[in-house]
Amino acid sequence: MECSGFRSPRNDAFPAGLRVLVVDDDPTWLKILEKMLKKCSYEVTTCGLAREALDFLRERKDGFDIVISDVNMPDMDGFKLLERVGLELDLPVIMMSVDGETSRVMKGVQHGACDYLLKPIRMKELKNIWQHVLRKRIHDVKETDIDGLEEIQMLNGSLSEYGSDFYSFSIGDMCSGKKKRKNAESKQDDRESSDTSSIKKPRIVWTVDLHQKFVKAVNLIGIDKIGPKKILDLMEVSWLTRENVASHLQKYRLYLSRLQSDGEIQDTSFTGVRRGDVPPRYPAKNVLLQRPMNAPHDDVRNGNCSTSGNKSPLQNIDVKIEVGGIKEFASGPVADQIKDLMGDYSDCKKRSNQCLSSGYSFRLPNSDVKLADSVPSHYLWTAEYQQIERKQESRFHLHIDNKFNHLPPKKPKIRQNEQINTMPVSPYFSHSIADFEVQGIREVPQAESDLYTIQSESQLIGSQQFEQTFKSVWSSKNGRSSADHINLDGLEFAPRNIGLARESIFSSEGKESLNNVLQGVHQPMTVGINNGESFDCIDPELLAGETPLYESLNLFIV
Amino acid sequence: MDRNQMNRQLANMRKALFDQGYLDEQFVQLEELQDDANPNFVEEVVTLFYRDSARLIQTMDQTLERNPLDFAKLDNNMHQFTGSCSSIGAKKVKHECSQFREYCRQRNGEGCRRTFQQMKKEYAILKKKLEVYFQYVRQVALLK
Repeated sequence: MECSGFRSPRNDAFPAGLRVLVVDDDPTWLKILEKMLKKCSYEVTTCGLAREALDFLRERKDGFDIVISDVNMPDMDGFKLLERVGLELDLPVIMMSVDGETSRVMKGVQHGACDYLLKPIRMKELKNIWQHVLRKRIHDVKETDIDGLEEIQMLNGSLSEYGSDFYSFSIGDMCSGKKKRKNAESKQDDRESSDTSSIKKPRIVWTVDLHQKFVKAVNLIGIDKIGPKKILDLMEVSWLTRENVASHLQKYRLYLSRLQSDGEIQDTSFTGVRRGDVPPRYPAKNVLLQRPMNAPHDDVRNGNCSTSGNKSPLQNIDVKIEVGGIKEFASGPVADQIKDLMGDYSDCKKRSNQCLSSGYSFRLPNSDVKLADSVPSHYLWTAEYQQIERKQESRFHLHIDNKFNHLPPKKPKIRQNEQINTMPVSPYFSHSIADFEVQGIREVPQAESDLYTIQSESQLIGSQQFEQTFKSVWSSKNGRSSADHINLDGLEFAPRNIGLARESIFSSEGKESLNNVLQGVHQPMTVGINNGESFDCIDPELLAGETPLYESLNLFIV
Repeated sequence: MDRNQMNRQLANMRKALFDQGYLDEQFVQLEELQDDANPNFVEEVVTLFYRDSARLIQTMDQTLERNPLDFAKLDNNMHQFTGSCSSIGAKKVKHECSQFREYCRQRNGEGCRRTFQQMKKEYAILKKKLEVYFQYVRQVALLK
């Protein structure tokens, strides 16, 4: 029933059991926050990397109620993560930082953070984070049904009288009616309509189709001049409300302005895996491009869009396709051409089962092909972004996942794998808009014989599976990959931390580092009990060496 | 020394760490988080901190050796490090960190280097003090 296999039902004990995802690259803070949140009776999941967090969120749709994230993270800017979570998943996000400067806090708010906490964080600050979840639910419920004012008034009334139990119940009632309406179009999870005791709101899902209509409407009038009412009229979607459109428009504008103000193209991050059957139709004007394989990681962020200066923005978007192993992308002209070309590269299929380990790029034929409905509408957004941003366009290489940047350039090998063969089905935004921001252009040399290049108009191929496959390969190949993060399934420390079992802060590694630290220190350290008393009360054996500490520490292993 | 005496001694040690400005309120937060489920939580966190931050210090050491100095990088690293220090309430170390960042902003290389050495000193002193402290904590716990 539960497609994520993870979601635990919330019940009348709200806010207890609130499902929190904590993202922080600092393992010490991650440990502390986890403990604090557990003490608040919340359900905690920790994550050391922003991208992993995004994967996690996407895989476990509706598996979390709130996200807490640090601002400074190595693999992705916290603000970016914030944006994506907000846009894709519509979850409340709390930012954390040791830096409390007004400008930073403002940036957080602008990016949609519902709160900004300063480190060191006290437990009492975490106790009340549930308010953000509740607030959002109320807000969203109001948004989805303007006619439900009466119900909302009743709700507000009952809230004060009955407290949270009644609230959950009445919201559930209110929601189930709307859910039935929405279900037809938005393909929501079954469990939402059955779980009336939860305070879930019916979320509008902006499918590719829907978003396409939206964008068409916007483009007819112009992003600056259009308003939600007009868009609604043009879209001709009966069940959509003005409020839905208004909030979507707001997000869309935010997205566009973010892109414009960012100036330089940022990295794309293609994460999230959607498995399942895929109807092979591609909406037009979608582009998914990926980072060429040999792009050195340092340059990725500094890349420039190369322009060969012709035509309209979307006309000549080149997407290189890593053929071989890709058995089926889509039907239609693109697919046919791809298949033809793949035939030429049949030897690629017979390669070893290694996955693409360092990214890949796509080029699609120069025809208008309808991509799968399942392809998230981010793709569309990107295309539009390009339209707006690039006056003289030709080639864009959208890059996937900087995570792979630091891998040495390799000949790409495809894993023959069902994952690659099928397109994902996703009625939801499975990738954020920023995923497809144009990054740097890096020409993949034709020497890379594995690559098949087709000139394209503007096409999009979902390649979530690639991400998944080479992610798993990458992490297994690259010892370093797990060295510094904490896995998703709780605090599972990286290999280097396993040494904790046998070491203490006195460990040889610790000593070494202590020695390193002390190198510059010229004054002898005095160690002793501050009140001057000696340790004669302590069992000399304990002081004799560090062994007892090792043994003791064995007991402390997480 | 009997148990009472040891307890008192432990309390004195702890108090001194606070009075002398080595630790701040955050350390108390950690102590409050310690419970039956995690009976050695504080020591675990401290150990984790020292392990993880050693890496950062090494990076900064290397960065400080370069010429010309990359102040942006240094500031960024120190920002990270400060965040870490705040996790255990390493008060004196944090103070040196802010000094360092101030010098970074002023692009004062000499100031940075000097402060960095000072920071490392405080870092090491605290480490030693906490080692001794936890040793004692464990000893006292064994008596119970």
